[in-house]
Amino acid sequence: MSTVKLTVNGRAVSVDVEDRTLLVHLLRENLNLTGTHVGCDTSQCGACVVHVDGRAVKSCTMLAGQAAGCNVTTIEGLAKGDELHPMQAAFRDNHGLQCGYCTPGMIMSAVDIVHRHGGKLDEETVRQELEGNICRCTGYHNIVKAVLDAAGRMKVAQAAE
Amino acid sequence: MYETTYHRASSVDDAAAAFAKGKDSKFLAGGQTLLPVMKQRLAAPSDVIDLSKIKDMIGIVPTNNGIEIKGATTHYDVAESSDVQKAIPGLAYLASVIGDPAVRYRGTIGGSLANNDPAADYPAAVLALNATVKTNKRTIPADDFFKGLFATALEDGEIITAVSFPVTAKSGYAKFRNPASRFALTAVFVARSPSGEVRVAAAGASQSGVMRVGAIESALTTNWSASALDNVKVSASGMLSDIHGTADYRANLVRVMAQRAVIAAG
Repeated sequence: MSTVKLTVNGRAVSVDVEDRTLLVHLLRENLNLTGTHVGCDTSQCGACVVHVDGRAVKSCTMLAGQAAGCNVTTIEGLAKGDELHPMQAAFRDNHGLQCGYCTPGMIMSAVDIVHRHGGKLDEETVRQELEGNICRCTGYHNIVKAVLDAAGRMKVAQAAE
Repeated sequence: MYETTYHRASSVDDAAAAFAKGKDSKFLAGGQTLLPVMKQRLAAPSDVIDLSKIKDMIGIVPTNNGIEIKGATTHYDVAESSDVQKAIPGLAYLASVIGDPAVRYRGTIGGSLANNDPAADYPAAVLALNATVKTNKRTIPADDFFKGLFATALEDGEIITAVSFPVTAKSGYAKFRNPASRFALTAVFVARSPSGEVRVAAAGASQSGVMRVGAIESALTTNWSASALDNVKVSASGMLSDIHGTADYRANLVRVMAQRAVIAAG
């Protein structure tokens, strides 16, 4: 067992876990942040994507101990109170989800994509960049639409700040 | 995953000492291969020694005769580095097509080389670019480093601290992905040194792992162009053969990928 100290969604936490604990299990089982999903458990599907120090990574492929001292943001940390993050709002408005299982990971990856590419995003780039996130329902079409829509909204929001 | 003990190393020496203390230690860099393998219980190290936070092992340093990439530098940082993009554009491109974006944020050059998966990307670049692998004990030329599938010249407990790439005149990479796994079914890196020496390496092709392709090297030495390879025959002897592609298919892919890599190199 080790004590892992990290910041999750802006809150400092200290958790005692076995060394073999994956970050996703620390989030789900110790902190009850069950928005982050385990889909494939083989590092392929992206349902577990969270941001660690601002980078979108697969939390099923990182030991909890590796995240010690890091700043982690999960899907629960995106909205400001009742106000959805522009990416969440765009997924809702564009029908970017059906069963919703992949959605938390999709949204965390998508926010990272917009941060990296800014306003220069096009459909082809979004499709390429979502390579590590698998959806079995939507056929990706509305997910791509949502990401492009959100890229515009995030630009506007950033300009307003 | 079986039980293990996690250590975060603060320096290369600290990592080597922690490794030596464990009964069956493994170094953990980005963890994008080791952790999936541990989750499948195909590996059960008593101790994992995390190298990814060692400051001396992260970064990209232009040198007088090329560029040095520290061992724990991530694929993302290599792909985005303006120094790498300028000095060895083929290498920056290669780093940008490893795995997926989340994997590229974590995976490292040293981890990829130490694992030497036959379908990995970096070994082809290191071999074609005639790079030197630096460890905490010695320096190993690329030609002596790769020893077959998942095998390298590294000794137990040896750490890749950096990889040194010499100045390059031309570099290009082309990968034919397995449509399901997205790993390289076959990939080729082509490089030409300022003095005109051509080196070509193929991944995912040979049963012995990453290999140089002599027939393509000699054709490109005479004439650096994709059309120079139109009639080159790559031998299928010793090529991998499986449900994804026969040995003949892979041998032909080596030629076609080399052509695309030359076009990309310009």
